[in-house]
Amino acid sequence: MTKPLKIVVLAKQVPDTRNVGKDAMTPEGTVNRAALPAIFNPEDLNALEQALRLKEQHPGSTVGVLTMGPPRAGEIIRQGLFRGADTGWLLTDRLFAGADTLATSYALATAIKKIGEVDIVIGGRQAIDGDTAQVGPQVAQKLGLNQVTYAEEILKIENNIATIRRHIDGGVETVEVPLPCVITVNGSAAPCRPCNAKLVMKYKYAMCPLEVDVNSECGMRNAELSKTRPYLTLNQWSVADVDGDPNQCGLSGSPTKVKTVQNIVFQAKESKTLTATDADVEGLIKELLDEKIIG
Amino acid sequence: MNNVFVYIETEGTQVAEVSQELLTKGRKLADQLGVELHAVVAGTGIKGKVEDQILPYGVDKLFAFDGEGLFPYTSAPHTDILVNLFKEEQPQICLMGATVIGRDLGPRVSSSLTSGLTADCTQLEIGDFDDVKTKKHYDNLLYQIRPAFGGNIVATIVNPDHRPQMATVRSGVMQKAIYEGKAKNEVVYPEVSKYVSPEAYVVKVLDHHVEAAKHNLKGSPIVVAGGYGMGSKEGFDMLFELAKVLHGEVGASRAAVDAGFCDNDRQIGQTGVTVHPKVYIACGISGQIQHIAGMQDSKIIISVNSDPDAPINKIADYVIVGTVEEVVPKLIKYYKQNSK
Repeated sequence: MTKPLKIVVLAKQVPDTRNVGKDAMTPEGTVNRAALPAIFNPEDLNALEQALRLKEQHPGSTVGVLTMGPPRAGEIIRQGLFRGADTGWLLTDRLFAGADTLATSYALATAIKKIGEVDIVIGGRQAIDGDTAQVGPQVAQKLGLNQVTYAEEILKIENNIATIRRHIDGGVETVEVPLPCVITVNGSAAPCRPCNAKLVMKYKYAMCPLEVDVNSECGMRNAELSKTRPYLTLNQWSVADVDGDPNQCGLSGSPTKVKTVQNIVFQAKESKTLTATDADVEGLIKELLDEKIIG
Repeated sequence: MNNVFVYIETEGTQVAEVSQELLTKGRKLADQLGVELHAVVAGTGIKGKVEDQILPYGVDKLFAFDGEGLFPYTSAPHTDILVNLFKEEQPQICLMGATVIGRDLGPRVSSSLTSGLTADCTQLEIGDFDDVKTKKHYDNLLYQIRPAFGGNIVATIVNPDHRPQMATVRSGVMQKAIYEGKAKNEVVYPEVSKYVSPEAYVVKVLDHHVEAAKHNLKGSPIVVAGGYGMGSKEGFDMLFELAKVLHGEVGASRAAVDAGFCDNDRQIGQTGVTVHPKVYIACGISGQIQHIAGMQDSKIIISVNSDPDAPINKIADYVIVGTVEEVVPKLIKYYKQNSK
């Protein structure tokens, strides 16, 4: 007997920091965000896949994508819908800006409470712009839920208990955790399925209200079509909508402060340049041996 | 009150090296602040087995929690221990390894105490801070210095108003050393049930399997590292041969690991292992910032690269301009010929 599950996937739109080109840094040494494409955080896609598999295994289950960011982060919800999610929520408000991990977790936790009766909250282990891995456990703590981090596969859910295989340093572990719980998924988990063509057609013009620019073609289509297709208007929540305490959000809710940010400059050394000739290579080896640098 | 705490991680009764590295760092911070260094460890059957692996690093007081259900690690009991202990002890700083355990536990504890936590710090220093907004001045804060944005910038983070100031540090970033000075070396064994509620043991570990590390990349005096320029998994074979004759270990850049040329446990860099060898031979590595962050403290850096302008060459002591296919076999050959 399987009971339907209500699953919330935490997902973040991030700048693609994996392939940072020369134009990604300004001459002053700050990051030129505009030069980096905004993508679906990779491990959040692994999490979405686990959620969609659970939905298939437990008929009647629902998957919703929860993201926080500027209006354009509505793209994350669309990407989720294209792959099989049922719904999504964009948390967007100037009051959320400047949040560290704790203030972010507070905002996400209040939204999850608002969504209500969630069985599983699942997200990527960490986002590639911060690499902190802190938001998952902090959301769990704020909701008073158990957490399983570094998950590689949800093996089964039976009698309201999830059995999960997780990565640990130098090995693997299998754990049992009662629902509801928070799970963070490691990049070694199964990759996410591609977008489904039918779903892309269905949700192509889905937008959050703040995203809609009636001067753009997409915005015009959304304004026109959403009158008869309410699912094209995505949920958009402000601090007030989730009954959040503004003092715990954004910059004012962040215990950590950035003191300075510096460009990385490595101390250049005076180097000896050699060629690949036998004489040069042998000379180097002899020098290293003579100076007992190698034994 | 106001001391520096280090959370000690264990596998059974074996103390993790990263915890010892943090004790050495924590000792320096405590000396600088004029406070004590305290350590906290939790496990099952650890009494009498872990103290000697912890105290020599300059610990004034060790809180050792020994009880059923504390090993293998699960989040809630260890969180309860730290949160309740910290409520009593009011530490100003808490350090833990940026390991799977530390990155599971740290955020949970920081959220419970509403204190700030900075992940994966590469440097920790003590310094002053002036908040430009509130015009408040703070003495002796912990500077938590870490790379951000995929390693392209480095940020200094402070936690002005919340305690403890929490930070995690990866294994190998700090270096451990037996403390030469005098520490109090006191050990207490608190009653676990006073700190952990019975409901905390709800997550069950069915199976826990850890393999001994296959190599000692972190501690090897000679590292031969390959990048994307090695071209293939087979290309790495000659690096293994060179490492073998030099009695070194093989490492790799993230690009090489991502391309499947090498196992990810050999990745060197900000998101991999940090190494400090005597000799670092970079073969076909262009030298992205995130890689350099994990090897820049090597004493001698040799770069083998067909591109004379590869960024890594700027920090190299010796640059051999040539293809790896040509140069690496020659390094092997002439080492064999000239070494005794």
